[in-house]
Amino acid sequence: MDFPILTLLVLVPVAGSLLVALISNRQPDLVKITALLSSVLTAGLSIWVLTAFEKNQDGFQLVSQHPWIQTWGISWHLGIDGISIFLVVLTGVLFPLVIAGVDPHRDHKRYLAWMLLLEAGVMGSFVSLDLFLFFVFFEIVLVPMYFLIGGWGYDDRVYAATKFFLFTMVGSAFMLVGIIATAVLAKADNGNVTFDLVKIAENATFAASTGRWLFFAFAIAFAVKVPLFPLHTWLPDAHTQAPTGGSVILAGVLLKLGTYGLLRFGVYLFPEAAVWARPVFLTLATIGILWGAIAATMQTDLKRLVAYSSVAHLGFIVLGTFALTAQAITGGVLQNISHGISTGALFLLVGMIYERRHTREIAKLKGLQKVAPVFAAAFMIVMLSSIGVPGLNGFVGEFLVLIGSFATARWWVVVAATGVILAALYLLWAYQRVFHGEPDDDNRSFPELKWKEGMLLLPFIAIIVFTGVYPKPMLDRIEPSVNRLIEHVEQHSTWQAPVVEEGEG
Amino acid sequence: MGVFAADTLQGPSVNWFALSPLLVMLGGAMLLLVLAALTPAWPKRWYATFTAAVAMGSFAMCFPLWHRLDIEGPSTLVGAAMHFDKTAVWVTVTISVAVFLAALVTDDYLRREGLDGPELYAMYLLAAIGGVVMGSANDLIVLFLGIEILSIALYVMAASHRKRIESQESGLKYFVLGGFSSAFFLYGVALVYNGTGSTNFDAIVNSVNSTIPSEKGHEALMLAGVAFLLVGLAFKVAAVPFHFWTPDVYQGAPTPVTAFMASAAKAAAFAAMLRVLLLALPHWSDDYRPVVWALAALSVVVGSVMAVVQTNVKRMLAFSSISHAGFMLVGVEAATHRAGQPEPGDGPSSVLLYTLIYAVLVIGTFAVVTAVSRTGDAATDLGSFRGLGKNRPVLALAMTVLLLAQAGVPLTSGFIAKFGVIWAAVQERSYGIAVVAMVAAVIAAYLYLRIMISMWIAEPESGDGGRESVRTPAYLTIAIALSVGFTLLVGLFPDWLISLAP
Repeated sequence: MDFPILTLLVLVPVAGSLLVALISNRQPDLVKITALLSSVLTAGLSIWVLTAFEKNQDGFQLVSQHPWIQTWGISWHLGIDGISIFLVVLTGVLFPLVIAGVDPHRDHKRYLAWMLLLEAGVMGSFVSLDLFLFFVFFEIVLVPMYFLIGGWGYDDRVYAATKFFLFTMVGSAFMLVGIIATAVLAKADNGNVTFDLVKIAENATFAASTGRWLFFAFAIAFAVKVPLFPLHTWLPDAHTQAPTGGSVILAGVLLKLGTYGLLRFGVYLFPEAAVWARPVFLTLATIGILWGAIAATMQTDLKRLVAYSSVAHLGFIVLGTFALTAQAITGGVLQNISHGISTGALFLLVGMIYERRHTREIAKLKGLQKVAPVFAAAFMIVMLSSIGVPGLNGFVGEFLVLIGSFATARWWVVVAATGVILAALYLLWAYQRVFHGEPDDDNRSFPELKWKEGMLLLPFIAIIVFTGVYPKPMLDRIEPSVNRLIEHVEQHSTWQAPVVEEGEG
Repeated sequence: MGVFAADTLQGPSVNWFALSPLLVMLGGAMLLLVLAALTPAWPKRWYATFTAAVAMGSFAMCFPLWHRLDIEGPSTLVGAAMHFDKTAVWVTVTISVAVFLAALVTDDYLRREGLDGPELYAMYLLAAIGGVVMGSANDLIVLFLGIEILSIALYVMAASHRKRIESQESGLKYFVLGGFSSAFFLYGVALVYNGTGSTNFDAIVNSVNSTIPSEKGHEALMLAGVAFLLVGLAFKVAAVPFHFWTPDVYQGAPTPVTAFMASAAKAAAFAAMLRVLLLALPHWSDDYRPVVWALAALSVVVGSVMAVVQTNVKRMLAFSSISHAGFMLVGVEAATHRAGQPEPGDGPSSVLLYTLIYAVLVIGTFAVVTAVSRTGDAATDLGSFRGLGKNRPVLALAMTVLLLAQAGVPLTSGFIAKFGVIWAAVQERSYGIAVVAMVAAVIAAYLYLRIMISMWIAEPESGDGGRESVRTPAYLTIAIALSVGFTLLVGLFPDWLISLAP
């Protein structure tokens, strides 16, 4: 296909951001409409990508490649496969919802300009097939996110924003050296210097110890981003202090850069090292699942609770990734999307609570179900999806991860499965404290879900239910690429994924 | 003991065309001094315009020279005292650009401070000559002359703000310590001469080739000479532990002069360092490589860490320039792996690329600081930037771009510069220093974040309203716009510049 649709996916938000920045402050409506239009246009493009995506192909699709920095063998190389397609769509859909639905309360113009730039960076990261290009987008994402947290966040925002920036940048420092070393060392196998992901992954053969070092350099950047225990400490701060829109984006798509990166630039690029490092990652993921869940139980701040639940959920995705079976990775990829939707929606709801009560303290909220039953119902559905109740989207991914991992990572799964129970514990307990009981004076006037808020939540709930009931369309598109990845790993290492009889499901 | 007969004193043949950028600068400086002495004070902006035009002239002369080098290849000038190669032209371009931008920044500054006059501009041009000589030297004595021409001009420039005691102090401090380092360098020259019998780079190399390999000048005195040369050069580039002058001098000197120091002087010193290490002393590369490694590691780490704890922006940027010098040294370290080999690798070009990119970047940054420092050139603490995002959003945005570039964020020229040196280091398998440098860059990023926080996020405090408003006169605006434009252009489309770097 000649139409450069993936390039447009990146450039439309950039153009929107520049337009927004150029429009005068005196025309706030024009600013909002421009921002919304460009994000809706991007969403439309991402849906178009989804329809243009051939579901039974396992390779990269809609590829576009142009030379960029020829001296260093760097090209503008974009493409998607089953692992990235839904992340692209999620990014495309989430941003207009956030832009339309969440009010930053001040300085809309700058907020929206940063937001669109953030979208471009995230989009670019998901569609890049060039190591350098990926790094550029991966790193550029930090800047708008830093300003969003620092400029529109809550009391401790400067601390949280700085912590977020520096933590991620430390990881990136290692990754940059790793990227360059990868390209330089792959030169012998490729004939010339290139940063092309596909060429390096398919042609290069690294000595085992070299590959492990390189893998480590990449993995540390992604482990910070995911975040994997014990590098997760920036996340609760960043989430809690970020404005609602920032939190939704952070949980929805930004963290996925880490899990996606581990698959694309960890497992795919260095299969041997990934197999070698399995125990470490499985262990850290399992610790993260339990740690996140236990820490979430202890939180008194609703937003912090959701933030810790992210640590736990992303632990499942990493567990699935390093179980290295087709089922587990498919589950992990699906869980990427499910977590983005359900945690994004949870942050929206927590944001709405804050708007109404100007507090997120669980202790100060009580009996909301009595005064705002529809709001409570919406919260309940989203929460159940986050817990992983069958019939909703959270269940599908988590279940696939658990059964897929059982064959290759049995004892880790046994321990990790308790995380599912803990998830029910901390979320239900929080729900009980916030929504049950008799409302006291402060909570009696808690307003019901507004029409506009309902419209904002509706798409989330629709996706939650649809994916939970009928995940097949998604699985059909994810599976071929995952199978190919597993084959790639098997060819380049001693790994043999167990063959599982697959029922139709 | 007698009068030389005319035919015994034969000067070397001089390729005047190859020296044309130097001659343009020299002529410009002389003309400026003489004309300004003979005429009453020139109207507003004329001094700066004249200087910028001269800088443009020498910049323009670099194009035909570059073209000629493409055809004829490199050669030496003035009896093998100077090199005529792409490195020399590249340094000339860098310094011309630095003079051009610095003159634009200086223009309104001098009038604001009540110091307007031709002297500082003439100093820029004379210092630039020294820098170009340093960048093209093929002889240790010529190099020393270049260093002195540059340094003496800089001592005076640092002290040129007559009304500020800090400026005087900075000039004096720089003079004393700079004289000290020059002495080191000169002593190193003497010892190398003792060991090799020459001060000419080629002759130094040949002297070793002609002696027995096992005795290739490894006696203690020769090594001491190499060490002293390195000390002198490390002082000029402001590498840790020879950096102690930098914060005080950068803070005290008039802000546009600081910009010039951080750009032109650094570029010249790095070119000189590359020449001495790679062209004169390739046989000792195994001896000095660990030293360069240590200088690089110390500079990036100490520069970044010390920068973070400062509260004065000029001091922060002084330490950050030390950290940038460390990055350039990473490239030098990579280059030393190929010292004496026919294929120089990517090390030298990565350093030269870095110096050019950094020169533009740092002048742009100090241009903003010049504007923010307000009358008296004293408001350079972090608090002076408070509210800039609200009152002067475009200026604050420009500063943000420049700071992000200094931090090495992608899509800015600073990232390309950092990428270049790390690329060179990794190619020589210097993974350790590459990782150290990148991690230190994260620490340094915090410093740039602090300035950005102050501009965009910090709440206004009482008394902010009473401050003089930040003025950005035309020439200053042009300088800032050009640096930001270059920063983004190279960040987005770096290929042309990378492929040009010699």
